[in-house]
Amino acid sequence: MESTIISSKNFNAYFGANHVVKNVSIEIPQNNIIAVMGPSGCGKTTYLRCINRMHELIPGATTEGEMKLHKDNIYEMNPILVRLRIGMVFQRPNPFPNLSIYDNVIAGYKLNGMKLQRAERDNIVEGSLRKAALWNEVKDTLHKKGTFLSGGQQQRLCIARAIAMEPEVLLLDEPTSALDPISTASVEELLFDLKKNYTLVLVTHNMQQAARVSDKTAFFYLGELVEYDKTKEMFTNPKDNRTQSYITGRFS
Amino acid sequence: MKPIKGFSLKKVRAESAFKRTLVIMALVMIVIAAGIFLTLLVQSLPSIKALGGHYLSGKTWDPVSDIYGALPFLLGTLLTSFLALLISIPFSYAIAIYLGEYNPKGWLSGFLKNIVELVAAVPSVIYGFWALVVLVPMVRAIETKVGAAPYGVGILTASLVLAIMIIPYAASLGRELIRLVPSSLKEGAYSLGATRYEVLKNVTLPYTKSGLFAGLLLSLGRALGETMAVTMVIGNTNILPTSIFSPSNTMASVIANEFTEADRTVYLSALIELGLVLFLVTVVINLVGRMIIKRFTNE
Repeated sequence: MESTIISSKNFNAYFGANHVVKNVSIEIPQNNIIAVMGPSGCGKTTYLRCINRMHELIPGATTEGEMKLHKDNIYEMNPILVRLRIGMVFQRPNPFPNLSIYDNVIAGYKLNGMKLQRAERDNIVEGSLRKAALWNEVKDTLHKKGTFLSGGQQQRLCIARAIAMEPEVLLLDEPTSALDPISTASVEELLFDLKKNYTLVLVTHNMQQAARVSDKTAFFYLGELVEYDKTKEMFTNPKDNRTQSYITGRFS
Repeated sequence: MKPIKGFSLKKVRAESAFKRTLVIMALVMIVIAAGIFLTLLVQSLPSIKALGGHYLSGKTWDPVSDIYGALPFLLGTLLTSFLALLISIPFSYAIAIYLGEYNPKGWLSGFLKNIVELVAAVPSVIYGFWALVVLVPMVRAIETKVGAAPYGVGILTASLVLAIMIIPYAASLGRELIRLVPSSLKEGAYSLGATRYEVLKNVTLPYTKSGLFAGLLLSLGRALGETMAVTMVIGNTNILPTSIFSPSNTMASVIANEFTEADRTVYLSALIELGLVLFLVTVVINLVGRMIIKRFTNE
């Protein structure tokens, strides 16, 4: 039996009076890829941003209910600590434009004022870039600006930046929606490799992507969790009518 | 030719007429700027011919004996302006950061924003009065305490009132720039466990540094040319300043004070040359600033 790393129970999220995530209960097993899919505005991104407490950075945004990392309540922990243990990759690649590739990878340490030895730093940079399948492409240009890379490379740089902090969970918010098909394929391949060391939660509006890479899939609709099951099961034998409608393309 | 629906020569002509108008208006601006410079230059010629390079290095300004040395005023202008800038920086940046990053909405920031804009709109003569009534006694008290001659008026007083007057420029520009930092970058930093202060220090400020510097230049430009308020509290003394408590004069304040008394060609021309120097100092500082901004952004 796999152990659960993140679990939410009756979890709600709001923007002011707007109820965007409704009573969601999910258990996420360790070293899995969980896809969260659903039509635009279904609350999937908001739910993801609640896991590492990014949601509350928006003025007027509130949450309610239980969200746990292992046995600890995330909303009783220090948000900084939460974000160090649960990394995030965003929809658009957002490397820091004033930093080199090298400094982007190590940015988390710099931001948090952690001092590292030169050799240690080099190790983290190389290791993270290797894990993000970017090392071979950038090893000779480490000190160039990260913004000179292609979109797909930038996104892998952002993944390297996130895993450099050695989080337990990696949240990915439609990480390939701004990328071309080839870059998308390389990022998806990378997700497979990352599964060995991390638990991945992947928000996507791309059903094929969910079907290709995930072990389990959660389907959100209008802020509710409609169905949560093994990906194979969900795509071959959906239990809910709404899931069936969605995966057969009857609404998007 | 067969007429095409929705197409007429009139339409094309209106388009090019509009473009021509825009270009002409823009050219007028260039002509005016060049005209100001030329007027200053031509009117300064008698003084330049009579006094030459001694004008800028001369330490004495004594129109009665026809001695015109502008060094005290050049120094007075630069000293008051840079001191004012130095005093204003913590305030303008703090306001910019507070309004741009920490509290962009809320009633307090709305109120503060309006106040900052109001401060920029107050006529400078009012600052002058206020400084005479409030700042001069304060500075006098400080002077008594440190054992300087208790004039109350002088470089420090002028710098203080200037500092207040220029805060809005850097603060408003800074606030806008800080608000424009892409939230995706800030979120990237937050997601790596950064605190608000760390995001500010490592993302927001580096991203906006050239713009923040430009705001300083804007403030400095305003300080260099400010006339009324400075004239009222600087002490109007035509000698080389020896400390920040010295009564002094700036180029602008000398022109304002003496223009009506200048009854001889050389005297009048010497004052206009002060205007020319002030013009050039402003231009040079702006150009240097632009170069620095360019270097920042190319980095």
